[in-house]
Amino acid sequence: MKTSRVIPAALLALALAAPAFASEGPTSVQGPVVLPPDVQALPVEQAILTAPPHVPPSIKRKHAARVVVNLEVREVVMRIADGAEYTFWTYGGSVPGSFIRIREGDVVEFHLNNHPSSKLPHNIDLHAVTGPGGGAASTFTAPGHSSKFTFKALNPGLYVYHCATAPVPMHIGNGMYGLILVEPKDGLPPVDKEFYVMQGEFYTQGGYGASGLQTFDMAKSIDEHPTYVLFNGSVGSLVGDKALDTKVGDHVRVYFGVGGPNLTSSFHVIGEIFDKVWTEGGMKYAQEHVQTTMVPSGGSAIVEFKVDVPGTYVLVDHSLSRAFNKGAIGMLKSSGPEDRVIYSGKEIDAVYFGSAAEEGSASAKREAELKAKIEAEIKSNPAIASLTKEVQLERGKQVYMQSCFACHLPDGKGMANVFPPLAGSDYLKADRDRAIRIVLKGLTGPVTVNGVNYNSAMPPQPLTDEQIADVLTYVSNSWGNEGPATTVDDVRRVKNETH
Amino acid sequence: MPIARRIFLVLAFVSAAAGRCAGTDPVAPAAMQTVPAGAYVPQQRSTKDPEQVPVAAFRLDTAPVTNADFLAFVTANPKWRRSAVSRLFADTSYLDHWAGDLEPGARAPLAAPVVRVSWFAARAYARWVGKRLPTTAEWELAAAAGYKTATGKDEPDFNRDLYAWLARPVPEVQPTVATAKPTLHGVRGLHGLVWEWVDDFNTAMVTGESRADGGLERDLFCGAGAAGARETSDYAAFMRTALRSSLKANNTTTSLGFRCAQSIP
Repeated sequence: MKTSRVIPAALLALALAAPAFASEGPTSVQGPVVLPPDVQALPVEQAILTAPPHVPPSIKRKHAARVVVNLEVREVVMRIADGAEYTFWTYGGSVPGSFIRIREGDVVEFHLNNHPSSKLPHNIDLHAVTGPGGGAASTFTAPGHSSKFTFKALNPGLYVYHCATAPVPMHIGNGMYGLILVEPKDGLPPVDKEFYVMQGEFYTQGGYGASGLQTFDMAKSIDEHPTYVLFNGSVGSLVGDKALDTKVGDHVRVYFGVGGPNLTSSFHVIGEIFDKVWTEGGMKYAQEHVQTTMVPSGGSAIVEFKVDVPGTYVLVDHSLSRAFNKGAIGMLKSSGPEDRVIYSGKEIDAVYFGSAAEEGSASAKREAELKAKIEAEIKSNPAIASLTKEVQLERGKQVYMQSCFACHLPDGKGMANVFPPLAGSDYLKADRDRAIRIVLKGLTGPVTVNGVNYNSAMPPQPLTDEQIADVLTYVSNSWGNEGPATTVDDVRRVKNETH
Repeated sequence: MPIARRIFLVLAFVSAAAGRCAGTDPVAPAAMQTVPAGAYVPQQRSTKDPEQVPVAAFRLDTAPVTNADFLAFVTANPKWRRSAVSRLFADTSYLDHWAGDLEPGARAPLAAPVVRVSWFAARAYARWVGKRLPTTAEWELAAAAGYKTATGKDEPDFNRDLYAWLARPVPEVQPTVATAKPTLHGVRGLHGLVWEWVDDFNTAMVTGESRADGGLERDLFCGAGAAGARETSDYAAFMRTALRSSLKANNTTTSLGFRCAQSIP
């Protein structure tokens, strides 16, 4: 093989070197393609190229054409954020590169012109091309040179194009991508406004917003930790005066693509629902009523929506740290008459106290009245009332077996001389309110139960009013005890008594 | 393409002969430094290529050839003047930034590296001064050195300067060779000034479809470009390889110059 070695004899080196550029050289030029007569007969037209966010006019012709595309590669220093610049590598001087619009069946004569001031060779891989590399090898072009190749647009769709020269992530990461739309033979339905937006991320050595000429950071790129995630190549490219401009009632179509080099976009327009999304840039089906559409790196989507009410709609990558911290924000503004039925705007602004609502407020009073009504209704119904006690006993048993049994024991007999019994307890039976008070507040000090003295401590129990009512109902009706149910009202009454 | 191959071979012989005959009055010998022997690990290689290429110690110009140097060359060798050079040996932008055939002018300061020169012209110059162009292996071995160590890519300062240069567009007027910082071997400007021709530039295994550069495999696409690469994180090396493989021997660019080397007998 052409192993590199020190070869003093110049002629030998030449002999080795010469065949290389004839057979394997970078630009193995194959000469012009011979087009068949029917293709030669097609009308020739120059493609109209537009910088973002503009889109070339829709194609009116109903036949194929030979379309000549002249795309220039330029390495240019431009603003990436306020006070920060970056050397973008561009197709046509913008990021994303020029929008190309052709029709299914067109034969495209593609010229890639690498400006003499370029430091590096570049090429182009158009995803709309059928053929190895999408044109990459055929367009590999040294600085100050020009390449030409021809392809036929076999498939309709919205396609990404990008540079495929090593190191590819750096070429794309410096802005070398754009969109080419291949309109279907029958065209696309007419709309009022069309826009061109692409997302791409940038890896700079300085942090977000760091000033001065920023340099590509290879380590960040390899780790896929971008400094910027941007629409159309700079922070604020679609904000303020540069917001996408529409009127109420406009049908809007956005050709959206992701250059990457790495991140997938969760494309979303805040306050709009996409009436239609031609997902992944395909032309066969359109999904309807979509909130957020996922667009892969090196992929696209066409979104359409009607602007119903005026205002500002914010374009974001709904992976929101990118929008909030890395610049992935654009705006679409719409002017025109309001429709307050579709969207009223703010109707009322009042003070709100949350769950700690002011006592005596109208709402709290209404709630209390309703609760009282429900309880009165329940009490007046004997069937429900007796059932209520049954339910209380069941629930009370559960509470007892969690909070009480450890001292008073499951059979309610307590422990001799330490914890007084509940079963057959004269102390319990004598004063039901006192029992409630003890559960609520605890009891410390001497007490006599069934003639036996105890001097111990019971802490207040962290139970709800309902749990206290339930557990006391259980205690008063178990192990031979018999008595009325303790109600939540009883508990509250005791709780609220003055000390 | 056997016919094309034969033509190029013939041209190459003509070129070499031209260089040899023309040399009559070389400029004062440029300063050189010895680059110690080492090994070059190719960025791209096929499975049959060796992992490392041993490189013998050699002498390398401490700076790229300047406009002043090249002016002496074209003065002594009229056939390499801009108006006289054959299109087979140099394309139409050859020395395009010079004010005239023998007048570099304001856009080509005498102390700045000469650019817009073809490989044929660079080789002819080297032979005229009794030297040769470095091979890829030699150039890369010398260029791997950082400011303080033999492996610059591990030096933060060195890396920062290298990528800062790559990020800057080509200046209208090239700075003088003195502005470049010398590296370990006392050689300056291998990075941070201009790209440089190497003798075997066209052995670079890049097809233009960089993602397909898995050694000699031509049908690998997309991320597969990394398949044949030794070190996928050395972006600067990828860029040099890409540039070399984009060129034909008669091409010239606004940021491509050269320097000379010599074997140590």
